Amino acid sequence: MRNEDYIVEIQKMHFLRGERKIFDDVNIRIARGKITAVMGPSGTGKTTLLRLISGLLKASQGSVLVNGHNVGKMNRSHLMRMRREMGMLFQSGALFTSINVFDNIAFPLREHTKLSEELIRYIVLMKLQAVGLRNAHQLMPRELSGGMARRVALARAMALDPEIIMYDEPFTGQDPIAMAILVKLIRSLNDALGITSVIVSHDLHETLSIADYIYVIAGGKVIGEGTPEQLQNTESPAVRQFIQGLPDGPVPFHYPGKPYTDDLLAEKH
Amino acid sequence: MLKVIQHLGHRALHFFLTIGRATLILLSSIIGRPRLKLGFKLLVEQLYAVGVLSLPIIICSGVFVGMVLGLQGYTTLVRFGAEQAIGQLIALSLVRELGPVIGALLFAGRAGSALTAEIGLMKATEQLDGLQLMGIDPLRRIIAPRFWAGFYSLPLLSLIFSAVAVYGGYMVAVEWLNVDDGAFWSNMQSSVDFHEDILNGVIKSIVFGFLVTWIAVYQGYASVPTSEGIGYATTRTVVYSSLVILGADFVLTAVMFGGLG
Repeated sequence: MRNEDYIVEIQKMHFLRGERKIFDDVNIRIARGKITAVMGPSGTGKTTLLRLISGLLKASQGSVLVNGHNVGKMNRSHLMRMRREMGMLFQSGALFTSINVFDNIAFPLREHTKLSEELIRYIVLMKLQAVGLRNAHQLMPRELSGGMARRVALARAMALDPEIIMYDEPFTGQDPIAMAILVKLIRSLNDALGITSVIVSHDLHETLSIADYIYVIAGGKVIGEGTPEQLQNTESPAVRQFIQGLPDGPVPFHYPGKPYTDDLLAEKH
Repeated sequence: MLKVIQHLGHRALHFFLTIGRATLILLSSIIGRPRLKLGFKLLVEQLYAVGVLSLPIIICSGVFVGMVLGLQGYTTLVRFGAEQAIGQLIALSLVRELGPVIGALLFAGRAGSALTAEIGLMKATEQLDGLQLMGIDPLRRIIAPRFWAGFYSLPLLSLIFSAVAVYGGYMVAVEWLNVDDGAFWSNMQSSVDFHEDILNGVIKSIVFGFLVTWIAVYQGYASVPTSEGIGYATTRTVVYSSLVILGADFVLTAVMFGGLG
């Protein structure tokens, strides 16, 4: 049942997409109130992991427990209830393009609560103040820069005061200032509100600076885990290649196939 | 040979799978406890986007189609001295066939493609997933109002198309080619039957509205969420809708006017 230390427990989880194995016997635990990062090269299914936690996808084998409940076995209404306790920051922001910033943040409140419009206004402005965009509440999503859109999306993810917020590649494609703002926001929101944060990212520097605990996944398996210090001093060559950003190593530089000499010799005939 | 059969079988399976999926999506979006106040607001928004914004193209095309009918009909009928029957010809061909069919084809091109592109874009920008993660069912919230809006709009648009086209025909036949005004209207009145002609035409456009909107929302919802995928989905909406409209029109006409019913 409910585990006081860990909010999300992924046990012996397998996930297949068609014939392709995305996850192969993965075990991950996410501690309450901490920032946990999941890192790995592009295309290793990091985003898929967040979708599995939120029940947008179902594991092929094994279990994904959130607050002790198996996400894969929940019925529709239970799933919908659970998701209200979750906020997710999508890579694209996923703001509703047809309504303005204020309405975007008010959306989940209007949908799931019976609060008066006056109270909703206070809450929305409060959330926007927290991300520094109170004065942008009238703008439409198309008028926002990439960094601003992500902050608005963050304010929306927090609207219902979730227990857990998941960030899908929050730093990708951001300028240094926007990046610094996001790092600061993620940390301060996590600590001030006592929520649990899960970050999926391949931006090394920022993630190492912010996470309390990191999982590194590659080839469908967890190849390393630990605090940022532990990972930086790891012996494992695969983890070191990733953490130090080396072009060649256990993840080869060359796309696998026949040796170069074969091609060169074939040219002669 | 074996390969051809294999391929055919594969395509057939794929076809039925798609139909099944589309039916499931449609049913799960429209069946369920309605939220009257919110549902009405969403429906009105979509009626505007799907119906009102299609009006200009429907009206313009209606005028031209009516004018062409007037002109073509006149040049043929005048040879037999029967140009008085032009009102009848215009009205019958419009309410029975051209109104529902051309209206639906235009609707597929204007509103159907827009629906597919909009839903596809919402999918590509993760807005549909975002809704789901907020505990809101995108089928009920996004698909259902769009489906109903299309379903309600097309019959009305087709009627407007026919009415405007009759007026277009009137302009050419009476104002320009000097067919007698009274004969134009009275011939039309005596030959067009409300049940037989107008109601059957409306039934046709209800069926077309259902099919076109269903195809459009399904293609959007099932599209591959990339710019390329949305492009393909939009094309498919227009192509499939056009084929389905013409095919269904034949079947309906056979049942309604072909003595099969």
